[in-house]
Amino acid sequence: MDAKEVSAPVAGGSFLISETAPGEVFTPEDLNEEQRLVGQTVRDFVEREIVPNLDRLEEKDWTLTRDLLRKLGELGFLGINVPAAYGGAELDQVTSLVVAEELSLGGFSVSYGTHIGIGIGPIAYFGTEAQKRKYLPKMVKGELIGAYALTEPTAGSDAMGIRTRAVLSPDRTHYLLSGTKQFISNAAFADVFNVFAKVDGDKHTCFIVERATAGFTVGDEEHKMGIRSSSTASLFLENAKVPVENVLGEIGQGHKVAFNILNVGRFKLAAGCVGAATHVIREAIGYAKERQQFGKPLAEFGLIKHKLAEMAIRTYVAESMVFRTGGLVEGTLQGLHGDPAESMRALEEYAVECAINKVYGSEVLGFAVDENVQIYGGYGFMEEYPAARAYRDARINRLFEGTNEINRLLTTGMLLRRAQRGRLDLIPAAMAVAREITEPSLSEPVDGPLAEERRLVNMVKKAALFTAGVAVQKYLDQIEHEQEVLAGIADLVIEAFAMESGLLRALRALQRDGAERAAIKIAMIRTYINDAIPRIDATARTVLAAVEEGDTLRTELAGLRRFLRYTPINTVAIRRKIADQLIAHGRYAN
Amino acid sequence: MNIVVCVKQVPDTEAPIRIRPDGSGIDESGLNLVMNYYDEHATEAGLRLKEQFGGSVTLIGVGPERTKEALRTGLAMGADEAILVSDVALLGSDHLGTARVLAAAIKTLPHDLIICGKLSTDDNAAIVGPALAELLGLPQATAIAQLEVDTSGGTVVVHREVEGGVEVLEVPLPALLTVERSLNEPRYPSLPGIMKAKRKEIKTMSLADLGVEVPSVGATAAKSALTRLVPPPKRQAGRMIEEDAEKAVAEIVAFLKNEAKVL
Repeated sequence: MDAKEVSAPVAGGSFLISETAPGEVFTPEDLNEEQRLVGQTVRDFVEREIVPNLDRLEEKDWTLTRDLLRKLGELGFLGINVPAAYGGAELDQVTSLVVAEELSLGGFSVSYGTHIGIGIGPIAYFGTEAQKRKYLPKMVKGELIGAYALTEPTAGSDAMGIRTRAVLSPDRTHYLLSGTKQFISNAAFADVFNVFAKVDGDKHTCFIVERATAGFTVGDEEHKMGIRSSSTASLFLENAKVPVENVLGEIGQGHKVAFNILNVGRFKLAAGCVGAATHVIREAIGYAKERQQFGKPLAEFGLIKHKLAEMAIRTYVAESMVFRTGGLVEGTLQGLHGDPAESMRALEEYAVECAINKVYGSEVLGFAVDENVQIYGGYGFMEEYPAARAYRDARINRLFEGTNEINRLLTTGMLLRRAQRGRLDLIPAAMAVAREITEPSLSEPVDGPLAEERRLVNMVKKAALFTAGVAVQKYLDQIEHEQEVLAGIADLVIEAFAMESGLLRALRALQRDGAERAAIKIAMIRTYINDAIPRIDATARTVLAAVEEGDTLRTELAGLRRFLRYTPINTVAIRRKIADQLIAHGRYAN
Repeated sequence: MNIVVCVKQVPDTEAPIRIRPDGSGIDESGLNLVMNYYDEHATEAGLRLKEQFGGSVTLIGVGPERTKEALRTGLAMGADEAILVSDVALLGSDHLGTARVLAAAIKTLPHDLIICGKLSTDDNAAIVGPALAELLGLPQATAIAQLEVDTSGGTVVVHREVEGGVEVLEVPLPALLTVERSLNEPRYPSLPGIMKAKRKEIKTMSLADLGVEVPSVGATAAKSALTRLVPPPKRQAGRMIEEDAEKAVAEIVAFLKNEAKVL
């Protein structure tokens, strides 16, 4: 990022209430030479080391998994965000997005992501000097592999409801941990586990537990729907003796470890989903060009073109928001990468954006793998073809790192909390929109390139603010009990961030590369925005109808209509053009 | 041992190549450009020799400014230095012209061994390496698949895969080698390597810096000119013959005789 001027830090969530100029966002086109070389290297590694071994990995050859992790360690990829003092590369968060995007092939990427994200991450971010010195250098080399154990049979999304207990030994040298952890990634072969337990019954605390600890055992491997090349098993702790110096962070502050690490996880998960979608698009194009029906390749049929184009459009939008968020985080870090606590704070500032990325990225991938199966037709249903595995592997992304339902609730919840604490001027903005709706004309004359799309993005933000304002006024602090309303508002916010991210990227490309080279990006975002408006309208109407009734509702719906009026464009023609470009390139390209 | 490796930037072999409508070349827009794969093997060979015998690996490329990206890849793999010869007067230069430029640049460097890829995957000409050896007056071995250095005698022993066997050559140093992909497995650039490469300066030289006369290398000096580039003809769809064996054989024979005219 050093080539690009770093703008003053932008408040998390502020995209909703302020306009962003194309020059202020980071886009994949802004990656510097080193970041692109990192991407190319990981891409080559995946092609040469992982793709040929997919079947062996799927058969749970853990020796191979560990060998591959060690190789990545030798190349420095396990210590991307770890300070140099502990053997890491101390790189920026955008580079870690590039790596996450490229290393996104099925189960192995889960083994890798678990190790560096929730294995190494908590120790790098919250460890004492002694803990960091003891574990990080070996973990960065891939000699020790990490895992993370929060979930329990009765505590999934309800992460604070864990039952595992930690009791201080009479001589005060150890904690004795007892309980059961489940769905633990890397369990079969990890050496170091970050385990959450409650001290004195209520103090949520994280502990570093080594595999060889007496009283610690790993259960049988789960049989999963997808990501079968990753390990998932239960952990059993029966008075497992953990030295007091292995408390990670402070006693009673385990939730800080858990929640902060989740921000990083969501941030990277979305990048992985984009990478996986890119991979799937390539396979879909390859198959559509090869498979003949009625005497011509599938790729020549309009409905197949529609699918390919739509897969690419949504991937483009997801990719735009992922890198935009990366740029926000980096903007706050101002090039400081040696202090993990700083990274943590930067990611926390953008916790709303991280949650949005997670939901949006995983749902784009879900869409892409589903359409991929459809393009493969009956063969898509057969396990010998890659479409089925991609379909199964994608499903987990909507579940882990917080289900998409939890992340939707968080998106709205965190925005409202930021407003309450005065960190985001949401309330004045919502009140201004409420006033505007009664005025005779909406004051939004927009000209210049993509004027209509820019107008619509503004209007969608207004619709989201308006809807949220109505709901908050009605429910006040009881709104947390109205999950459907919160999730509906989240969908409006997510769409606003999505379309704006894609639009700003297209505008930036237009400024820099000219109309011809930005043509596909423009086509993609125009199509996306066109199709998003009716979805947004329907969601906002559902929320409003749940909150109000009678004349008030009718007035509000009339207001909403004013915000969201638009004239549809010919997306059939545009999608064909996008698809033709994809087919010519043989891969996702824009 | 002072090793010089020649590097070219080419389109990724997986990228579908689109030819410009006028046939004058390929359309580079949106094309992923990488270090020629054979040159990765050449770089790897150089790095291994350096690790074994010490010395340095210098990369040299001829091309537009963007060629630096390919050189940067080689630096990230571990090469010590990189030089780019870039000059607008080189537009339209043929392979011999490129070899002349490389020769002029390499003459200014200490060199015990020059390593090139066997060919570049874009035009498959396999000319520059041998031409460069001629211009420098060095012995050469092309398309080598195995490489050993005899330090006592100051020679290299190389294996070439030839029809029906292996040719073993002993070549006195200094020499020029072009390498086959089976010679080695190139290493991945490591993250620290990429970061170190970022800080290295790639020296850019013009023809004037090298004292090369423009008429000896540019379009005017070219002994061959590209007439036009055409895509390969579209493959016809296959024809299935779904008859019983006897009829099918008869039909296939008839096809081979009358249509394919191979019988």
